Amino acid sequence: MLSALIALGVLAIVIGLVLGYTAIRFHVDSDPIVDRIDALLPQTQCGQCTYAGCRPYAEAIAAGEADINQCPPGGETTIQALADLLGVDPKPLNPEHGEHKERTVVEIDEQLCIGCTLCIQACPVDAILGAPKQMHTVIESECTGCNLCIPPCPVECIYIVPVAKTLKNWSWPLPTEGETGVRRHG
Amino acid sequence: MAERLQRSLPAINPDFARRYRFHGGLRLEDCREAASSRPIRPAGIPAQLVLPLQQHIGEPAECLVSPGEHVCKGQLVAQTVGRVSAAVHASTSGTVIAVEPRPVPHPSGLPAPCIVIETDGRDSPAANTPPALDYPNTDTDVLLERIRSAGIVGLGGAGFPTRAKLALHGAIELLLINGVECEPCIACDDGLQRERADEVIEGVRILHRILQPGACVIAVEDNMPEAEQALRAALAECNETGIHVVNVPTLYPTGGERQLIKVLTNREVPSQGFPADIGIICQNVGTAAAVYQAVVKSQPLLSRIVTVSGDGVQEACNLEVLIGTPVSHLIEAAGGYTDHIERLLIGGPMMGYAVNTDAVPVIKTTNCILAVTGRSMPAPPPARPCIRCGKCTEVCPANLLPQQLYWYAHSGNHDTAQDFGLFDCIECGCCAYVCPSHIQLVQYYRHAKTEIWEQEKRKKAADIARARHEARLARLERIKQERAEKLARKKQALSGGNSGDEARQAAIQAALERVRKKKEQAGTTPRNIENLTPEQQRLIDAADQRRRERTRPPQETD
Repeated sequence: MLSALIALGVLAIVIGLVLGYTAIRFHVDSDPIVDRIDALLPQTQCGQCTYAGCRPYAEAIAAGEADINQCPPGGETTIQALADLLGVDPKPLNPEHGEHKERTVVEIDEQLCIGCTLCIQACPVDAILGAPKQMHTVIESECTGCNLCIPPCPVECIYIVPVAKTLKNWSWPLPTEGETGVRRHG
Repeated sequence: MAERLQRSLPAINPDFARRYRFHGGLRLEDCREAASSRPIRPAGIPAQLVLPLQQHIGEPAECLVSPGEHVCKGQLVAQTVGRVSAAVHASTSGTVIAVEPRPVPHPSGLPAPCIVIETDGRDSPAANTPPALDYPNTDTDVLLERIRSAGIVGLGGAGFPTRAKLALHGAIELLLINGVECEPCIACDDGLQRERADEVIEGVRILHRILQPGACVIAVEDNMPEAEQALRAALAECNETGIHVVNVPTLYPTGGERQLIKVLTNREVPSQGFPADIGIICQNVGTAAAVYQAVVKSQPLLSRIVTVSGDGVQEACNLEVLIGTPVSHLIEAAGGYTDHIERLLIGGPMMGYAVNTDAVPVIKTTNCILAVTGRSMPAPPPARPCIRCGKCTEVCPANLLPQQLYWYAHSGNHDTAQDFGLFDCIECGCCAYVCPSHIQLVQYYRHAKTEIWEQEKRKKAADIARARHEARLARLERIKQERAEKLARKKQALSGGNSGDEARQAAIQAALERVRKKKEQAGTTPRNIENLTPEQQRLIDAADQRRRERTRPPQETD
């Protein structure tokens, strides 16, 4: 009886030590949830979600303060991705924050620009190039289309323009379906 | 990984006696007779050449000429950018009249940057052509450089820069020369092999010299006996024994690289991999002939053979066409349109795409122009719901499940579509051809593929935007901190008690010293001091006296 108790006790201690050691040795840092949410956001940094940028919004979602349907640039795709990640039901975009539009960029009318640098200070991704009293210009490839540079401009020389369709960003359209159409499955 | 794959691969039989069967495929009516019954004719020099800067897979070439410049035949007009890119040469002499976006052969119908040359008809060659190379005794690197500078791309249709393809390989067991036509109705490779078998063979020998493969085989279809004979005759003439010519059963799409490899070697190219991963390199016969032209004739890729066919043109034919020739010029050379022409396709009946103008130029990858009437190729009837008959699965040469792909592409479930091998689809069109519900399956796959690429690009752009935003925040934070530090230093200097006072006194003294020295150095000399009246002299002396008294150090005044 006693020997059985000792044997079981020793076994329990040994297994406990092994488990304790492996728990420390093979500890896996789980991906911080904020990073994973931030990775799904479009990084427009437009602030339409009422937060100061994509990361603050991600932090707010993680803290349960913000809903997943506040990002108009991301639209349905982002909401779906966030819902999948967080294991919640997707919901339609909250119209209070704006509506989903195709990505646009901005362009500075270089004839009108007075070189005030206000737009440079507003741009969240440093996509505007210029210096005081020098002409400014937008680096189109870096512009996220957040339009934050438009309100500060004192001479209204910044315009929203669509992204030019080229062979590189062209997508095959879905075939036009006939009258009988194809039923949606799934 | 490549080594592990190769060990488990079926061995390549050196006599290529056995043919294997790939999954699916279709026996289609052969309609190439019309074009291949006549010899290849030159299409002549058009009034204008339109040379797109991108005629290949990879980075567009960089334009080197400006409007008004005169160019000669074979002159480099756009150079390569990066490793996967191809140069563009002027196909004939003339004057550059514009470098601007023009319609190009592309399913989007969008314009792209092109060099437009008004030809002068003289066809005068460039003065500084490189020397012809004696390839058996030339270094491989020199040959590769020649292939690169000649702007050669895969002429079978995909347009992968040949130099980059030749650089992909490790050890090559088999060099496979693809003489199988891509699609029914196309006869350009057939024509080339019949009439210029010697050029093809020479080109293959050059590629053989570069790659040093274990074996080399040229594959033609069993319904091109003349081509096979011509190749064999050319081989016999140059006593070449290292190259085999074999025929393969005519079954669409045997012209596809992966399918042809399966037929001849029973090997399968890994998903998302290259033939080089299983020790094989595949080149088109047209590419081999272009390599011959570049190495032996010192001529860059200036022309190609194009099949003009379909019941929308008067006379189907094979034409030798200068790169950049507008399609309208080819149609003219083929006798013009018939009355009922309805659609113009670039490519064959299975994989071709419609263009809405015949102003688009022939580019390096254009193998066929198909002008069709509504009778021979009626518009597809409206699609009906999928009845899950499974016919598409039976014919798929990539052994995929087209029906599943269709559901996922249709519902935008791109991840699952990729799990079902979307990117292994070669877009051959077999599934759509047999679909009893007339669903345009291939277009769903093309849509899904381009959407996935677009999403990846958006993801990359978002990552860059995140990095830029974080860098900006860090910079603003740094500036704020630097300002705060500076302010703190100033504050301390102002309110720092005795030590601060002394420092201030020292700074004032130093400043005074600097001013004094500056004055001395300036060395001002008084002017208008001749012929002074005694009264003036007295006033000056008094002023000097006062100045001396004021600047005298305090201890001396005591």
